[in-house]
Amino acid sequence: MATAFSSINVVQHARCDNFSVASRKPSSAFLGSTYSIRLSPSASRSASVSAAVNRKASSVSAVSEVVKEKKQKSVSSGSNLLITKEEGLEVYEDVVLGRVFEDMCAQMYYRGKMFGFVHLYNGQEAVSTGFIKLLKKEDCVVSTYRDHVHALSKGVPAREVMSELFGKTTGCCRGQGGSMHMFSKEHNLIGGFAFIGEGIPIATGAAFTSKYRREVLKEADCDHVTVAFFGDGTCNNGQFYECLNMAALWKLPIVFVVENNLWAIGMSHLRSTSDPEIWKKGPAFGMPGVHVDGMDVLKVREVAKEAIGRARRGEGPTLVECETYRFRGHSLADPDELRDPDEKARYAARDPIAALKKYMFENNLVKEAELKAIDKKIDELVEDAVEFADESPQPSRSQLLENVFADPKGFGIGPDGRYRCEDPKFTEGTAHV
Amino acid sequence: MLSVFRRKVFHGSFIAAITVREALNSALDEEMSADPKVFLMGEEVGEYQGAYKISKGLLEKYGPERVLDTPITEAGFTGIGVGAAYYGLRPVVEFMTFNFSMQAIDHIINSAAKSNYMSAGQISVPIVFRGPNGAAAGVGAQHSQCYAAWYAACPGLKVLTPYSSEDARGLLKAAIRDPDPVIFLENELLYGESFPVSAEVLDSSFCLPIGKAKIEKEGKDVTITAFSKMVGLALKAAEILAKEGISAEIINLRSIRPLDRDTINASVRKTNRLVTVEEGFPQHGVGAEICTSVIEESFGYLDAPVERIAGADVPMPYAANLERSAVPQVEDIVRAAKRACYRAVPMAATA
Repeated sequence: MATAFSSINVVQHARCDNFSVASRKPSSAFLGSTYSIRLSPSASRSASVSAAVNRKASSVSAVSEVVKEKKQKSVSSGSNLLITKEEGLEVYEDVVLGRVFEDMCAQMYYRGKMFGFVHLYNGQEAVSTGFIKLLKKEDCVVSTYRDHVHALSKGVPAREVMSELFGKTTGCCRGQGGSMHMFSKEHNLIGGFAFIGEGIPIATGAAFTSKYRREVLKEADCDHVTVAFFGDGTCNNGQFYECLNMAALWKLPIVFVVENNLWAIGMSHLRSTSDPEIWKKGPAFGMPGVHVDGMDVLKVREVAKEAIGRARRGEGPTLVECETYRFRGHSLADPDELRDPDEKARYAARDPIAALKKYMFENNLVKEAELKAIDKKIDELVEDAVEFADESPQPSRSQLLENVFADPKGFGIGPDGRYRCEDPKFTEGTAHV
Repeated sequence: MLSVFRRKVFHGSFIAAITVREALNSALDEEMSADPKVFLMGEEVGEYQGAYKISKGLLEKYGPERVLDTPITEAGFTGIGVGAAYYGLRPVVEFMTFNFSMQAIDHIINSAAKSNYMSAGQISVPIVFRGPNGAAAGVGAQHSQCYAAWYAACPGLKVLTPYSSEDARGLLKAAIRDPDPVIFLENELLYGESFPVSAEVLDSSFCLPIGKAKIEKEGKDVTITAFSKMVGLALKAAEILAKEGISAEIINLRSIRPLDRDTINASVRKTNRLVTVEEGFPQHGVGAEICTSVIEESFGYLDAPVERIAGADVPMPYAANLERSAVPQVEDIVRAAKRACYRAVPMAATA
């Protein structure tokens, strides 16, 4: 169908083990935004988001692209590698930490040390590591209830996360948050939200703050980026679209990362979504939409570099859909009966840790012994975290009523026990208009 | 900018009369001027000068980056405000009416109110949610609900209900400076009402404490508690009661959460009779909480059952006469006060 928009190079990605196929497909008039659409270069085999987008700085190029076939096929020399040895070891350590920690959580849950709702991240480690390891400490991460590994990748110590899960007072939220509500001001992990879609406007607000600081408060070096993680089920929620709109409208430094693991508890993504290709929804709002293989940490890292770079340079938001899979059920209470065992087997064969190991061996980046050393280190770290959490005390009863308000007594009374408004310093600096 | 409406010689220190609208506008202006982290966002707050003209002139003064016109997406922009507050700014989120806040209530309660607790004090949320609350004139069921009781039930929120211009100015300034989420419930019908204010109120450092009620009028026979618009009606009722020899003490609650239980109980211990007045639905309302508080702390002092005046237990009707019957009127307050004083008065006809 030849229309004004037929110049879009829409690359469709089949949901299987094949890699990106750059096919020219005539688009329907309903695809894409009304902004001028750039023709993607034919070098779309290795194209990334920035290539087409940077071409025209003024208007938004609504490019929907599939990124990244596996570069490793063409790799022989070190110069083409996606990753250096140090980066490789760092990435490997992070994915293994995520996996071992979550497995330990499952053990602890079945032993009764952990309770309530626990949602594990096994299988999706590539997404967390791929994005978060590229962030600075001041960058913000907003997550959902499946947030243990996001917390670990962002730098929250394993001890603190495990203690929080055990409900001990040494946890990152002193035992008051729990599995679904991990917060860390120091590491800029601002949640941990149980309601799906709730984190998206919060992340958009954090990105808004970053822009506000730069433009209104004149902190010229404030280029903090926010990364919002959420799932496929969330993409049918109204708040998601509201924020895509406002983030693109105000060109906020945010990356929307969809961890599409195809299942929302027992609701298959294909059963609940009219158009299951989530990356397409980005261009509808004027931002690039990218689809990437979320079981491969190196591919995710490449896309993340572009998306985060875009946001840091002030070019606005990006929507990244990561096709991934959770090896366990939705939560530890989920019997996981609806998923097809064949599907599970197919994705288990694409285990991100195995894939990363294979890449690093094939390119002679590391030796077996080095990886084994890391495995051992992580095992010890997680066991130490469990011991620490076990030995930590439960919160004291007096902690029940603390922290409801930032104001200690909640009456507009400051820490010194007097009404804030009576303190002359409180009103200092108020302007006469 | 405060335009001094008229200079009258009032008793004591009153030097001017300003409307609630002017009070709110000036408070916002001064706070935005003092702290560059304060910004206003909401529907029509910018170019339209505010749906009820509360933010008039602010766009010209502070620019579109600090006075943001948002698309019509309460859940989205409330969440954005909360996220900005998490990360260090001090947003003021305006809801065109608090009825629309229901679309954003998840963010108000789950993201704003509970965050300081869930994060064990790491993430505080210095945000203010403001807008008109309660019934206006003939706007129908979906635009007339009072949300004081709903929000006041939730730990982690502070809920303020100003009545006069002094309340509006002082409480809004206190709310903006407060490090916690504050629900600031205004009233559309009060925006245009003018109140005398003293020089102290007009000063830019003026601020009222959160959590303290004000005794608008002292009395010795019956205590009448009210908030927002109902304070005006209670004061009129007090005048009528005075003519019949009943001296009513009128308490302007100002703060629904935290509720100033001390002032209420001290007053009841003095007068021994209580009438609570509110505009919202009766069940689980503010009056219910006040009644229980008084029974818990001052039961022995009560000489009569607590009288509760609330709006009718129906969605707000449209017809003018029905709307009048659905909202407390001065006569209802007078009748209730007399009943509390054991004057022979039949029960009011309820809807």
